[in-house]
Amino acid sequence: MTTYMDHPDELGHFGDFGGRFVPEALMPACLELEEAFRDAWADPLFLDEYHHILKEFGGRPTPVTYCERLSSELGIELYLKREDLAHTGSHKINNVIGQALLTKRMGKKRIIAETGAGQHGVASATAAAKLGLECTVYMGELDTQRQALNVFRMELLGASVHPVTSGSRTLKDAVNEAMREWVSCVETTHYCLGSVMGPHPFPWMVREFQSILGREAAQQLVDRGVGTPDMVVACVGGGSNAAGLFSGFANSSARLIGVEAAGGSAIGIGSPGVLHGMRSMLIQSDVGQIEEAHSISAGLDYPGIGPEHAYLAASQRAEYFSAGDDEVLDALQRLSRSEGIIPALETAHALAWVFREVGGQIRRGDTVLVNLSGRGDKDVAQVLDILGARA
Amino acid sequence: MTSLDTTLAALRASGRKALVPYLVGGVSDDWLDHVRAAVHAGADVVEIGVPFSDPMMDGVVIQRAADVSLGRGTTPQSVLDDVATLDVEIPLVVMTYFNVFHHMGVTRAAGALHSAGVSGVILPDLPIEEQGEWRASCTDVDVATINMVAPSTPPARIEQIAKIAQGFLYASARMAVTGAASDEGHALDVVTRSRAVSDMPIYVGIGITTPEQAAAAARIADGAIVGSALVQRVLEGQGASGVEAFVGELRRAIDAG
Repeated sequence: MTTYMDHPDELGHFGDFGGRFVPEALMPACLELEEAFRDAWADPLFLDEYHHILKEFGGRPTPVTYCERLSSELGIELYLKREDLAHTGSHKINNVIGQALLTKRMGKKRIIAETGAGQHGVASATAAAKLGLECTVYMGELDTQRQALNVFRMELLGASVHPVTSGSRTLKDAVNEAMREWVSCVETTHYCLGSVMGPHPFPWMVREFQSILGREAAQQLVDRGVGTPDMVVACVGGGSNAAGLFSGFANSSARLIGVEAAGGSAIGIGSPGVLHGMRSMLIQSDVGQIEEAHSISAGLDYPGIGPEHAYLAASQRAEYFSAGDDEVLDALQRLSRSEGIIPALETAHALAWVFREVGGQIRRGDTVLVNLSGRGDKDVAQVLDILGARA
Repeated sequence: MTSLDTTLAALRASGRKALVPYLVGGVSDDWLDHVRAAVHAGADVVEIGVPFSDPMMDGVVIQRAADVSLGRGTTPQSVLDDVATLDVEIPLVVMTYFNVFHHMGVTRAAGALHSAGVSGVILPDLPIEEQGEWRASCTDVDVATINMVAPSTPPARIEQIAKIAQGFLYASARMAVTGAASDEGHALDVVTRSRAVSDMPIYVGIGITTPEQAAAAARIADGAIVGSALVQRVLEGQGASGVEAFVGELRRAIDAG
């Protein structure tokens, strides 16, 4: 039987995907990082410190919440893994604490990061402040305008925010700019990538840092007598929260479901390509130019997907669907009213799919675990604008 | 051994230092005239950029030129179709990002490059670990795969790269993306370490902005690559005459030693 979500091959391949497609100048840094991560991840002292900080500072473990009212309305058993209750309001903290510790272990004093909506930027700035590192965040100029409050949050935390004016001035361009910057400061600076994407070892390493949420969730369901759910569901942009969740269930009988934004569905409408250091599924033109993704949620506004997801899709271990902006807005409101939890717009994609598919992909009576990957506070102003304009 | 290896080895044996100007394909209606002007002014190889939406190794000048070119409807095939009409006596090499050819399919891409008369390809985001299939397809049709070495590349890795390198070794003078620079960079160090393990021609690029810098690079290496400084002049609308004047200046500075 095939084992899923274990190790990539020695060059970082997950089947046909992954690898390391970076300029020669960055190769030594990628190799150094891989070695440092392998070493740290096998070091009990590193693991102790990582888990200690996530517990004492990060608020882990996060609970699993049973949705009583929605379960009854939908005729399923619906559970949420509450990453919205982690520090900084999403699963992003799991990754940045790991990478910030690794930065110090490598003797580097500074991190750079890309961000779209600002969640990973805020988390990176937080980890940098906690561990005494300098931090510069690259953010598309359009996103700095759309998410001005998050820019201020990062600055409050002592980070500097660098608006990116190239290309479409969004997340994809922020990654380009962070990589360009990394070339010039690679000896002193670690690139704290925010998702399960980029060159090896990032997709594997970030998944490992996020696997804590999947392991916790699996154990929590066992502890409360639920056992293995029929289905685990997560939203997917780059795919870090989904990778973390899936890794807890990859070798169980649970169906693994990733939900992309309809306008950023790299599995649904993309084709194989090479971008940002990885071979994966990408949304691109008929001559191989990368296209812009479009989504109501800035966090899913990315034309690619992590290479392990591309592999899980190709091997049919996980299934990927998409949700559109309107049903996402409905799902956000429905969870808020029925369960008292305002989810992030990203997270609402996973919920929208569940609400839509009861009686379709989901049988009545099924047990469904959704990763509540982030809280919606950051999105309420945008949601108010949209709903207000419709009223 | 590709034809490019033979040509560039002969060039070095003749005692002439190579001048490699870079131009972005499709940036204007008369871009082929820019290539001809560069050749006329004394280029030994012309490097032609195929614009890509996400040029990770390029600074602002070449990014802007790529945007201009893509905005005009340039495609990889349209650049190669244009190149095929060029009748010049020197080798032409293409620089782009791997996705462009990955999307085309590597065998088809290698064939298209060959048909267009291209002698070599520089793909900065395709390191040796991922080059196998690409290299084999290109070697089949006599198109060289040109590799870069950087200031951060350790000696053992330079040796690995040099062992399979074709055409010339592209020595990056600094830890930076393409674009103007005023400091000396690490060219001497990179060239010295590369010389120690390879007898290939070594050309220095990245940040070579002025004729003086080009001459300095050519003194320590076998050639100099000048991109952004030339593309900047194209973006300013200096046209073929501007290209000819600047490449001529570079040529004279290099030849003066």
